[in-house]
Amino acid sequence: MTDQKSAPPVTLTVNGARHALALDPRSTLLDVLRDHLDLTGTKKGCDQGQCGACTVLVDGRRVLSCLTLAVMKDGATITTVEGLAKDGTPHPLQQAFIDHDAFQCGYCTPGQLCSAVGLIAEGKARTADEIRELMSGNICRCGAYPNIVAAIQQAMGRS
Amino acid sequence: MIGFEYARAASVADAVHQMAASPGAKFVAGGTNLVDLMKVDVERPAKLIDVSKLPLDQVEETAGGGLRIGALVANSDLAYHPLVEQRYPVLSRALLAGASQQLRNMASVGGNLLQRTRCAYFYDTVTPCNKRAPGSGCSAVGGLNRMNAILGTSESCIAVHPSDMCVALAVLEATVRVTGPRGERVIALADFHRLPGDTPQRDTNLEGDELITSVELPARGFAANYTYLKIRDRLSYAFALVSVAVGLELEDGAIRQARFALGGVAHKPWRNVSAEAALQGRAADEAAFGAAADLMLREARGFAHNTFKIDLARRAIVRALSQAARGTPQSPSNKKIA
Repeated sequence: MTDQKSAPPVTLTVNGARHALALDPRSTLLDVLRDHLDLTGTKKGCDQGQCGACTVLVDGRRVLSCLTLAVMKDGATITTVEGLAKDGTPHPLQQAFIDHDAFQCGYCTPGQLCSAVGLIAEGKARTADEIRELMSGNICRCGAYPNIVAAIQQAMGRS
Repeated sequence: MIGFEYARAASVADAVHQMAASPGAKFVAGGTNLVDLMKVDVERPAKLIDVSKLPLDQVEETAGGGLRIGALVANSDLAYHPLVEQRYPVLSRALLAGASQQLRNMASVGGNLLQRTRCAYFYDTVTPCNKRAPGSGCSAVGGLNRMNAILGTSESCIAVHPSDMCVALAVLEATVRVTGPRGERVIALADFHRLPGDTPQRDTNLEGDELITSVELPARGFAANYTYLKIRDRLSYAFALVSVAVGLELEDGAIRQARFALGGVAHKPWRNVSAEAALQGRAADEAAFGAAADLMLREARGFAHNTFKIDLARRAIVRALSQAARGTPQSPSNKKIA
């Protein structure tokens, strides 16, 4: 890039690992995860905040990494889909997605999973209607929505 | 995206100082709208001044019984704040009607006030747009204008302000506290956003070197009789075709005070005090609501693809006033409109 400007160094803790990075201030968190840290589980869908495929957890809250400038997240703790499983055991939501066949092509799934982890942590969704509403930022073009809702309900202990 | 300098603000005073020293800079907080617009080269700031870590993230009660909301409170935190849910539920519901939870977790209150229009021609840098390139013309007037304004338009611009939050703030008669090199001032929400006139490049009356520090709500919150009804092309995560925020105070079935505002129809949240005054003292029934809606829309003018909004707005106003009067506000999750 010809007009790159310097920016202060950035330290991110991603899935438990600390990374000190020197970044072009234009770098989105999505591009840093995929292109600098080789964490390609997080997907680039629309790259303009309309699809949710890039959803990750920053300090425990679900956000869109495509609209996040990485330089603004110095010191943050980030969890991507690669950080959900523990010691080879899938996260309960990952297992629930398998149990309920909550995907077809799978491209939106990393974002759906991170979004659902955030949803459960927020504790605002109880009914299927509320899950649908609070998951509306994650588009699934295969239309796996009923199974996604069922999987989230299972993970919430309400199956 | 063009290159830009990046610096963090250490304090509100430092933010203002940095801005005064850097014409062409922009403040960034949540970034949900600004970063998006920078990617498509509609916004091309020479420098971003990061205000996201400033201590403007508190919600506090004011001496007058109101609420002071820091400009950096996230939209989601504000929507779920107990004092907002209890005293200003119309604001909570409007916030939850906007965007998605991921975006609400990122977006700040100050940034929501400064959202720019989603008019397709504003985003499309190869077409004329007076808001993006003053003097180039308006492509929407004779183009695809289904989502555009029906009230307060000008020959220069028929864009709409996209915020839901601001429609509720209009009903609550919020004020916006800002600070800049000339000191602090308070702007009434009604005066904050502008009509396009012949300067559509200016969305608001905030000066370029001023920073929003808080939004203040007066004590009156309409917690018993309110609604936020948003009509859109899909049930969630879409901008409004028409939205209506309502706050009523009732006494023995009659309306003591009425406030209502429209979103998705104008360059700013649309209120009309004469339409509200027409409800005062009337029985809370459909005849009164219909008359108020007619007054609200008396000067509405449609374009080739959005004339349907006038009738849609009329019905939405009557429905929303009825929901508020019954004390049955629109559910944010069950989208059936009662």
